[in-house]
Amino acid sequence: CIWCGTAYSVFQQELDTKHDKYERLVKLSRDITIESKRTIFLLHRVTSVPNVEEILNEANIRLDAVRQKIGHVAEELGEDDLYQFHKAFMPGIQEYVEAVSFNHFIKHRTLISLEEINACLVFMRDEKTETKVCGRGLWPGACVLTFQVTPTDYLLGVADLTGELMRMCISSVGNGDVDTPFELSNFLRQIHDGFSYIGNVGPYEVSKKLHTLRQSLGKVEDACYTLRVRGSEIPKHMLADVFSNRAAVLEEDDGAV
Amino acid sequence: MSVTEMFSYIQGFLTADQDIREDIRKVVQMLEQTAREILTILQSVHQPSGFKDIPSKCLRARELFCTVQTHIGELKTKFPVEQYYRFHEHWRFVLQRLTFLAAFVVYLESESLVTREEVAKILGIEVDRDKGFHLDLEDYLAGILILASELSRLAVNSVTAGDYGRPLRISNFINELDSGFRLLNLKNDPLRKRYDGLKYDVKKIEEVVYDLSIRGLAKEQEAGGDK
Repeated sequence: CIWCGTAYSVFQQELDTKHDKYERLVKLSRDITIESKRTIFLLHRVTSVPNVEEILNEANIRLDAVRQKIGHVAEELGEDDLYQFHKAFMPGIQEYVEAVSFNHFIKHRTLISLEEINACLVFMRDEKTETKVCGRGLWPGACVLTFQVTPTDYLLGVADLTGELMRMCISSVGNGDVDTPFELSNFLRQIHDGFSYIGNVGPYEVSKKLHTLRQSLGKVEDACYTLRVRGSEIPKHMLADVFSNRAAVLEEDDGAV
Repeated sequence: MSVTEMFSYIQGFLTADQDIREDIRKVVQMLEQTAREILTILQSVHQPSGFKDIPSKCLRARELFCTVQTHIGELKTKFPVEQYYRFHEHWRFVLQRLTFLAAFVVYLESESLVTREEVAKILGIEVDRDKGFHLDLEDYLAGILILASELSRLAVNSVTAGDYGRPLRISNFINELDSGFRLLNLKNDPLRKRYDGLKYDVKKIEEVVYDLSIRGLAKEQEAGGDK
């Protein structure tokens, strides 16, 4: 036989192992995406709720849960090449970057750096898995796992963040907060400049997202403009009405995009 | 870290990444060139006159595989070995072609299926990922599938050239290949798509064998061989 028995079963096993691992990673990635999206929804409530601390605490708990999942991804990958299975977990990771950077922005009003994100993705193995993997001949006790977000995933996550910031801007105006929009427009402009600086050196997806980013920035700048112009005419307590109408219009065409 | 600093850091990373890709592309271009040369040499077996000196053609092809080894050796130096899959797409195609060419040479020499280890040896690479630049299993299998369609062509042409025994041997070979692939659980990926084409190669060869049998040509060949 040309497929001399053993060689063949080795192929089958190798392919099956790889496909199974891929599927497990896709599943983890989905869970990460869902949980990150929920965190983002939760964080959007900070503009309308008096008790901000409570929301931030809950967001932290949720993000910790997401990090646990990323820990599983890291465990699954183990010694493997990160890029071999990159497609499987990329969507989840980007959503996580979006959530964690949104959380960071609300707290510190700055852009979280790639190192800060990666610094949080260090995991200690628990006993069970320790024996499993360290059995392969690694140092026992030194089982620290890290997961590295790639610069590209970071970049794409940050691009998604800008959409959330635009939403936050509009809803904060709706609630009569007149400072946040200006702060946000400044921040968005900086990010926009950053993306323009990278231009088409980056991967194809980046240039696609740049277009959406421009639209978001336009909306925020328009809002600030209106706030400045109308702000001097309309009594403060009526501003909220002006913008809640505006926000409704913006949400509509956002949905259409 | 300010937003500007962060973006210029990322920009630096992306530029470095592009430089590496550019270097890889250059070497891969040379590999493709050599692969085409090898193919040109082997293609002549399809001509009636080509059947006579198959061994000498294989020898020349083998010589060119030394050039391939040099190029791959160069390719290895262009990127960190643990990032194989980050740049995999760049050499995936050419590595599949080279696997096919190596498999074709080995088939012409010994009418047997090249093993993954043999291909790796001919190309000067590894089978095991841990040991360095390796031959991905799916690329190996894809290369074997290219061989199948080349052999179905060879079956037709060997009949034209008056060699009636070869199609029967090719038929056996490809049938075994087909049953081997049938046992693999393929996902809905490019490899699966390629495998779906194998049945047409099988069909084509079966038709050739049928044509030979009903005319008694296959038997005549066997009898002629016995004499």
